[in-house]
Amino acid sequence: MTIALPRPEVRRLTLRQPRPGIAAALIVLALVATAVVWPALFAGDPLAADPLHVLETPSAAHWFGTDQLGRDVFDRVVHGARHSLSIGVAATVIAVGAGILFGLLAGLTHRYADEALSRSFDALAAFPLVLLALLFIAIAGTGTTSLIVAIGIATLPHYARVVRAQTLVVRQAAYVTHAVAFGASRFRLVLRHVLPNVLGPIPVLAMIGLGEAVLIAAGLSFLGLGPQPPSPEWGAMLSEGRGYLHIAWWASVLPGAAVTATVISLTVIGRHLQSRFEGRHQ
Amino acid sequence: MIKAVARRVAAGAVVLWAAATAAYLALLAAPGDIVDAIIGDGADTPQIRAQIITEWNLDRPAIVQYLDYLLRAVQGDLGRSYLLQRPVAEVIGEQILPTVQLALAAAVAGVVLALVLAVTTRGRWARRASSTAELVLVSTPPFLIGIVLLSVFSFQLGWFPVSGDQGWAALALPAVTLGLPIAGVLSQVLRDGLDRALDEPFAVTARARGLAERAVLIRHALRHALIPAVTLLGWLTGVLIGGAVIIEQVFGRPGLGQVTLQAVGNGDMPVVLAVVVLAAAAFVVINTLADLAYLLIDPRLRRS
Repeated sequence: MTIALPRPEVRRLTLRQPRPGIAAALIVLALVATAVVWPALFAGDPLAADPLHVLETPSAAHWFGTDQLGRDVFDRVVHGARHSLSIGVAATVIAVGAGILFGLLAGLTHRYADEALSRSFDALAAFPLVLLALLFIAIAGTGTTSLIVAIGIATLPHYARVVRAQTLVVRQAAYVTHAVAFGASRFRLVLRHVLPNVLGPIPVLAMIGLGEAVLIAAGLSFLGLGPQPPSPEWGAMLSEGRGYLHIAWWASVLPGAAVTATVISLTVIGRHLQSRFEGRHQ
Repeated sequence: MIKAVARRVAAGAVVLWAAATAAYLALLAAPGDIVDAIIGDGADTPQIRAQIITEWNLDRPAIVQYLDYLLRAVQGDLGRSYLLQRPVAEVIGEQILPTVQLALAAAVAGVVLALVLAVTTRGRWARRASSTAELVLVSTPPFLIGIVLLSVFSFQLGWFPVSGDQGWAALALPAVTLGLPIAGVLSQVLRDGLDRALDEPFAVTARARGLAERAVLIRHALRHALIPAVTLLGWLTGVLIGGAVIIEQVFGRPGLGQVTLQAVGNGDMPVVLAVVVLAAAAFVVINTLADLAYLLIDPRLRRS
């Protein structure tokens, strides 16, 4: 789980991160990205069951072993990248988009609207992420789409608060005052002068947030609230393999390890970029 | 001082009110008829429909419905589950104990582990190793940690029961599972706090008085390092409650997690709403207490 740490903490941590860590994280992300775009490059059919070879230990033929239906776990993990990451990416896109919109609105409007929006962010942030997502799913029904929207809404306040804080700073800046003096329209002012300067920290935050979104998505899928079997989603695979844990740890632990590797890589790169970004701004 | 306390309590109350309102709006926004949403998969008879309409005041103006909902929530009346045919407060009251036990045990495990990690790993390599461990802990899905622990300690070694709620032995693995990611975050914050405190002039003074480095660390620096950690109390509550839902499922423990998931699966909205609002209330109360604890710890904050 990633949370916003106090700033100096994050900087120090990243300076401590060894370079090989960053290289490894980049390699993992490149592999994951390839698995998302072109899973057939590494892996065969994730749904091909083979009743003669169920729950086999990892071997040269089956790198990650086979599951209870004789499906190759490695093939499923590779194909699962698309399912798991697309949920995380889509949820993050929703959260960032809505966060920018509401954050800008809060930062630009007058006292009462700002106060109302800020309190709404506080209220949203008061719900544990998992429970907020559960509430949304209870109302909208299970399924991948409602999982995406649920995580998007649950992680929105984080971005909205940052954008609001940035907007409050930027609107005081000299170039904004000058643009007003030059008679720029309100619309142009926001779009050309405020927005681009507010967005600075967002890509890095989104990268770290993506890791968090992937984690929550895996958790909710594990509970059976995401893509349904036989979809090779990582969290769902873990949940399916759990019943065979005592005889075949690989069917559940290895898909989980894929989540961990992806989230660690996103966090390492995100923190590294954050330290470079903050270094430039201080 | 009193003014500062009152301000924080009022801010907490506003957030709590907003959270309850958000949950209520979410119910209204549900597609279809609100009566259908409240019944869920429960028995759908004209009597029950009539009962729901009276209980939620659906025949009265919207503002009355809303105010009455708030009033009932304040009085601790969380409505009635039409699926279970019982008051929600009763359902939650029966299942809250195992969850609170799990959350408290996990909090203790997490805080103790974080303190030990932050204080003992001061050397260059120890620090690097524990930073890496922390990164792995916070990036691993808690249910994977649970499954690995279960696989090693219950299935391979047979030290702990596989599932259920049989006393302290069954609590150990779930509590450690839930506590580990917390330890990962807290120890990062504590270590940074220690680093900063040891750079302060008072650390130099303490050393000049001839105190051993360990005493400076534990008696002086640690207190300062605890201050930023107090800020994380609210976050900690959220992680504990949200995490408990998943961890209870991994270990097959009874508790609020099972109640919630069943309610989500059956569309039992009164239960879902109550659990969510209760979780938000816990977050707000603990956050407000943390704010007040700040006032106690740091006299400078009492003025503004």
